[in-house]
Amino acid sequence: MSIRGKAYIVGAFEHPTRLAPDKSVAQLHAESARGALMDAGLSKDDVDGYFCAGDAPGLGPLSMVDYLGLNVRHIDSTDVGGSSYIAHVAHAAQAIAAGHCNVALITLAGRPRSEGSSGTQPRPTSANVPDAAFEFPYGLATANGYAMCAMRHMHEFGTTAEQLAWIKVAASHHAQHNPHAMLRDLVSVEDVLASPVIADPLHRLDCCVVSDGGGALVVTRPEIARSLNRPHVRLIGAGESPKGQRGGDVDLTWSGARFSGAAAFEEAGVTPADIRYASVYDSFTITVLIQLEDLGFCAKGEGGRFVADGNLISGVGRLAFNTDGGGLCNNHPANRGGITKVIEAVRQLRGEAHPAVQVPDCALAVATGIGGQLGTRHGAATVILERE
Amino acid sequence: MSKEQKAPSVRAIPDPLINPESKRWWDAAGEQRLLIGACRDCGKHHFYPRALCPHCMSDRTDWIQAGGAGVIYSYSVMRRGAPAPYAIAYVTLDEGVTVLTNLVDCDFDALAIGQRVRVVFRPSAGGAQVPVFTPA
Repeated sequence: MSIRGKAYIVGAFEHPTRLAPDKSVAQLHAESARGALMDAGLSKDDVDGYFCAGDAPGLGPLSMVDYLGLNVRHIDSTDVGGSSYIAHVAHAAQAIAAGHCNVALITLAGRPRSEGSSGTQPRPTSANVPDAAFEFPYGLATANGYAMCAMRHMHEFGTTAEQLAWIKVAASHHAQHNPHAMLRDLVSVEDVLASPVIADPLHRLDCCVVSDGGGALVVTRPEIARSLNRPHVRLIGAGESPKGQRGGDVDLTWSGARFSGAAAFEEAGVTPADIRYASVYDSFTITVLIQLEDLGFCAKGEGGRFVADGNLISGVGRLAFNTDGGGLCNNHPANRGGITKVIEAVRQLRGEAHPAVQVPDCALAVATGIGGQLGTRHGAATVILERE
Repeated sequence: MSKEQKAPSVRAIPDPLINPESKRWWDAAGEQRLLIGACRDCGKHHFYPRALCPHCMSDRTDWIQAGGAGVIYSYSVMRRGAPAPYAIAYVTLDEGVTVLTNLVDCDFDALAIGQRVRVVFRPSAGGAQVPVFTPA
């Protein structure tokens, strides 16, 4: 069964905070949920399906359904890291198509900035995690795992630090118009290269921000979507794919987006050539480059040339990306960037992006993400959305 | 720079997290032997070693000693956020599997993908012998 056209995104809300020392994580989830429901013109009592991932406190949906006071008949706590919420959109459509719910609420929130999280520190793990026994002593953090992918990509394809820097430059061009963005200053390729090296070959400005915040989405069936006074943004394709070390056959030059993207494009019946706006999870610049290749916007190894010279800047290049400023400049709530990818795609399709970055007559958009660790084990998720 | 001068020059290796399945790998490491997985049914090597083969799900896996030589597949030197810079790497062993590790006793600025390396063992904070690699 295809989910093509079976569900619409009718509510999308990005919490405006980027620093929330005086709020709880559950509170940020709730404030995001309320924002998305108000955006949709629906109420809490309309929600009968709830979706969250590992950022939700306690026993995920059990804690949050209780906190929010929801009365739901379907829950899903699929957790594949920061791309979870992109997968949740597809799972919500599946549940709606199967009759398990009518109005699905997806929330994310977290306070990594207040809690002092850093991409240079190894994440907590335990002896029961099967890979931890063989990896923990070596100091795999977030930054150096992604950096090894960049190093290998440079080695195999001649990708340069300047080309990676263009991804940050494009994000900064968009973030300057976003009053909520953490980093609103325009930066140049030279600025990126002059920023301190965090983990070779990635500079500080190749890395996303650490921000508190949250976001939420409301997904519903076509009849309900058409009864609401919001533009009709429907899901027409989706895919997801985990990728790991494959028993020691490690290849850091491609991601699961190779498969999640192909599945999503096939289901949607469109190709990358049809797309003028893409939300691409930008935990690091290299994350964007590898996903663009894997989605088919250019051939494997051509990503450096594709992103250079402003090709990702709205109104300038071939493919506008992350017009909110993305994780690189705007927001990376809970260290998980998937939900903001979907939110900005919805803004573009509604024509509600900032006028300076709005893609004219944007009718198709892709939102894609990599959750977990690109350098070891990650989950790719891709959705293709269409304005009806 | 005074802060950097006071910092240790070599990163302390944390103690490994060991479970009943991986204990034999660490027991071998204590004898300065690096083990990889080998499957009697499909004949392929795998890493990390485990009870059931990740290629064919056979339970007839052996944990065999690797020669300890390989080439750098990729690496990154963590320059910030750690008390001392350190190099994380993937090394492709001559047996064909690629392992996550550290590169030690080397000039971090002279590392290169494709460089030959060999396994050495360095103590963790609590005294476990941890396999790492150094230029051959």
